Order: sequence, then structure tokens, then C-alpha cells
Amino acid sequence: MDKYLQIETVGMSFDTKKGPFVALTAIDLAVRKGEFVSLIGHSGCGKSTLLNLVAGLLAPTEGGVILAGREIAGPGPDRGVVFQNHSLLPWLTCFGNVYLAVERVFGAAESKARLKARTQSALELVGLAHAMDKLPQEISGGMKQRVGIARALAIEPKMLLLDEPFGALDALTRATLQDELIRIVGSTGATVLMVTHDVDEAVLLSDRVVMMTNGPAATIGEVLEVDLPRPRERLALAANSRYIHLRARVLEFLYHRQAKRAA
Amino acid sequence: MSSIALRKKDAFAVVAPPPPAGSPHPSAAALTESAARVAARGKARPAPTGYQRFQAPDWLLKSIASVLGFALFVCVWAAIAKFGGRIPGPVAVWHAAVTIFADPFYQKGPNDQGIGWNVLSSLKRVGIGFGLAALVGIPLGFLIGRFRFLSDMAAPMIAILRPVSPLAWLPIGLLLFKAANPAAIYAIFICSLWPMIINTAVGVRQVPQDYLNVARVLNLSEWKVFTKILFPAVLPYMLTGVRLSIGIAWLVIVAAEMLTGGVGIGFWVWDEWNNLKVEHIIIAIFTIGIVGLLLEQALMLVARRFSYS
Repeated sequence: MDKYLQIETVGMSFDTKKGPFVALTAIDLAVRKGEFVSLIGHSGCGKSTLLNLVAGLLAPTEGGVILAGREIAGPGPDRGVVFQNHSLLPWLTCFGNVYLAVERVFGAAESKARLKARTQSALELVGLAHAMDKLPQEISGGMKQRVGIARALAIEPKMLLLDEPFGALDALTRATLQDELIRIVGSTGATVLMVTHDVDEAVLLSDRVVMMTNGPAATIGEVLEVDLPRPRERLALAANSRYIHLRARVLEFLYHRQAKRAA
Repeated sequence: MSSIALRKKDAFAVVAPPPPAGSPHPSAAALTESAARVAARGKARPAPTGYQRFQAPDWLLKSIASVLGFALFVCVWAAIAKFGGRIPGPVAVWHAAVTIFADPFYQKGPNDQGIGWNVLSSLKRVGIGFGLAALVGIPLGFLIGRFRFLSDMAAPMIAILRPVSPLAWLPIGLLLFKAANPAAIYAIFICSLWPMIINTAVGVRQVPQDYLNVARVLNLSEWKVFTKILFPAVLPYMLTGVRLSIGIAWLVIVAAEMLTGGVGIGFWVWDEWNNLKVEHIIIAIFTIGIVGLLLEQALMLVARRFSYS
């Protein structure tokens, strides 16, 4: 298997007042180029911590993360991150938010007109060409998250990192954006690592679902191959026996083997 | 409304026995029924009578209240003037004000100038002292907010110096500059400095981590981080500091000028006291108040212009 992203025996512990807290231990995961992998687990299992390690926002205390043959030493624009709470700058328009990223990555080599064209096409990709000059507070939560996705995609990252990207949205908006993401990933061939706590979302979108055990000292419990053909259709899959079976496997893992007492 | 009709329909569907052949579907019956109810409710609504309760507009009530408050103040003042001895009444002050404001920019030597010149020279001192304080305080606030170590370094000195009355610095100013005018400016500088440092530093510390994470994942240059993230995020806090400072500066300048003399509204108050022209002192009080109000309003306008939310 051609390993694009390699997470090798990664462990992560944090210093707290009560001594070291081991969040992750012995994580081994490889992601192929163009693959869509989801991390799923109960809250507090360290799935976001793992994503932050790949993003470079945290440095692992054990092991290492390699992307396209290079060890990740810190955050950088070769990885596009979509944050759960969109993290758009409220004083910049949608265009301005995406342009900030585009300018950072391509500003040295390309003309202003080219940068603007890139920004525009990224916003068109997520269906927001009409809202380019709006400020974030003037658009809905779903639209904000689209801008976040456009910002991450516009810099042509090696990898797209999604941290519960639709977690803060209502169910209907979430479904629409999942369909959009299927389409976008299909057309760009992006390599994606996504953190989620939504079983349907994980199975619907992923090539593989990585199920994590409960923390502390969480690790990978099981990896599920989602061998459903693409393009995937939400409605058609709802009655698909294979889909139902895969979904049941994830549910069984989360609520039976890794059942968590109500917090 | 529609949810009620819907629930009604469900209930009907559950309890109703299977309909005899040929009769309409139960849910269809429910629909007709609810439609009939809507029509009935439409009819039951009372016809408009054309009578409408009068409601005064908001701005009118507000202005009536302000005028009333001011009138009450003038009445109390007139009463005090009538029974309180040497305080001049509103009418006497009004006549004096008309004379003074008829020629606000006369000049008869260094110690006898129009009220316009006095206000302008006070504003000039405030402007210079305050401007210098902004030049020093805002960058210092950014540094203190951004670097923990600098913050810890500055904290004890700021804590000790901030509660000191700016007038206590006046002798130091006189000693340093050997002249009254720069000493007054120096007092303004000192008193404007603290709110700007503190508010800017708080603003920098309040910048949401999410925004800084965006900067980190994009690896933005320090300059871009400053211009695109830090500065806009801190601006509202900074403007609060600026507004507080200018309010304090305008308070302090009157007292400082009483001590230093020369031309200025504070000096003018003291001079008129020595001349026992109490009407002029009252005029000065109003003038100081109105100028302070205008300064505050102007900065509020600027703040509103630059706030993003």
C-alpha cells in the first residue's frame, strides 16, 4: 500500500497539575493518497488530539507523523484544516477570508488577478459565488462552514483535515453539506482525514472508518473498510444491506464494546 | 396552527374504525374539517373598528424627558440662586454667556483672551499629551499583551503607578521641563497612558485562540498576523482605552491648568474666581461639560465605524 500519511507509534501525553495525562498511545495508521478516512469515538477519546497532531498544532510526545515522505514538524499550509466552529475572521468578507489563505500560499509566485481567480473558483466550488462580499455574521452557519471548506481547499493542500466539520449544524444542513463534500472530494480527489462522532456521516463519506477506544490512553480499536461503491447516494444507501451492516458494526463497537457510562 | 391540524388528523386516524367502502378517506375528512375550522375562525375575528391606541414615538418621549430634566435642573438652580446668596441665577448667567460668546476670540494680552482661545489651548494640550500617550501606550499594550514575560515585568509598576493622581506628577514635569506648558502636557500624557496600555493588553489577550489557530495552520507571517488578525481583533478594546483616556485627560487638564496658569479653560476658571465673576465660572463649567461630551461622542462614532460586530 502506498502510504501518503503515516502515523507511526504515536503517543501523546499532556502535563497537568496531577501529573502527566496520557491521551493517546501506540497509534499506528497509514492513509493512501486520495483516501477518505474518518476517526470516530466517544468524546474525550483523543480523536481531535490526533487530528491536531497531523495538523501540527500539537507535537507528539512519542513516535512521529510523516506526510508525503516528510516528518510533520509544525503547522503549515500543505494541510488544509476545517475547524468545527468555522473560525472565519469576522472583519473579513467571505472572499477576504479565503483570499488571506490563497495569498499566503500562492502570493509569491502568482499575479493578483490569478489569486483572485483562485479565491473565486474555490467559493464557486462550495456554491457561494453569490455571497463572496458578505461578512461572516451575515450568512448562516452552514454557509460559514462552506467558506471554511473553501478556505482549506483553495490552498491546494496535500491533505484536508476536518475537525467535526458539521458538528455544530442542524441535521438537514449537515446532510446537504455532507452531499456537497462527497461531490467536492470526488471532483478534487483530495486525501481527507475527518474527525466525527456521527456514525452515518462516517460510513457515508469514508473509505475507512477508524474506531478509537475510550480515553485515557486511547488507541485505535478497529478499522472498518467501507467497501461501498462511489458515487454514493444518501437515499439509495439508506436501504442498502451492506451499508446497514457497516453502520451496525460501528454502532456495535461504540455502544457495546466501547460503551461509555453516561457522563 | 398547522401543527394542531396535523395532530388532530393523527388522532383521527388512530381511533377511527375502518371507513365503510365508498366514504372518503379519514384523513381527507380531517382535512376538510380543519379547513372548515379555519374558515370559522376567520369569521369569528372581530371586524376592525378603526380605533387605534395612540402611541407616542420613542424619540419624542426621549426628547420630552431630556427637556424636562434640564428644566428641572434650571428651576433648582434658580431656587438656589434666589435663596443661597452669591450664586448667580440662570438669567444672569445667560446674559453673561451671550456677551462672552459674542466675541469668543478676542485677545487683550496673555492673561485676557476670549473663551474660544482658552478652550482651544486646553484642547491643544490634551491633543498633544493624549497623542503622545497613544504613540507610547498602544504599542506597549500590544507587547505586554503578546508576551507573558513583559506582562509580568510591567504588572507591578502599572499597579503602583496607575492609582496615582496625575497632578502628583506635575512637580516632576515642572522639574523636568522647567516650563508650565510642557508640564501640563506631561500630566495629560501620564494619565492617558494607563487606560490605553491596559485596554490594549487585555484586547490582545482576548483574541480568540481560533483566530490564532488559523494563523498557525496557514503559517502567516508576523506582519500578516498583526494586520489581519491581531489589530482588527484588538481595535474595539483599543478604542475603549482611547475613549477612557480622553475622558480622563479632559478632567485632568482643568485641574492642571489651575496650577500652571497661562491660557486655558482651567486657568480661566481660576482667573474668574480671582475676579469674583461667578457667572463666568458657571459658563466655564457648562463649556467644559459640552466639550467633553463632544469628544466622547466623536470617539464613540469612530468606535462604531471600526467595530466589526
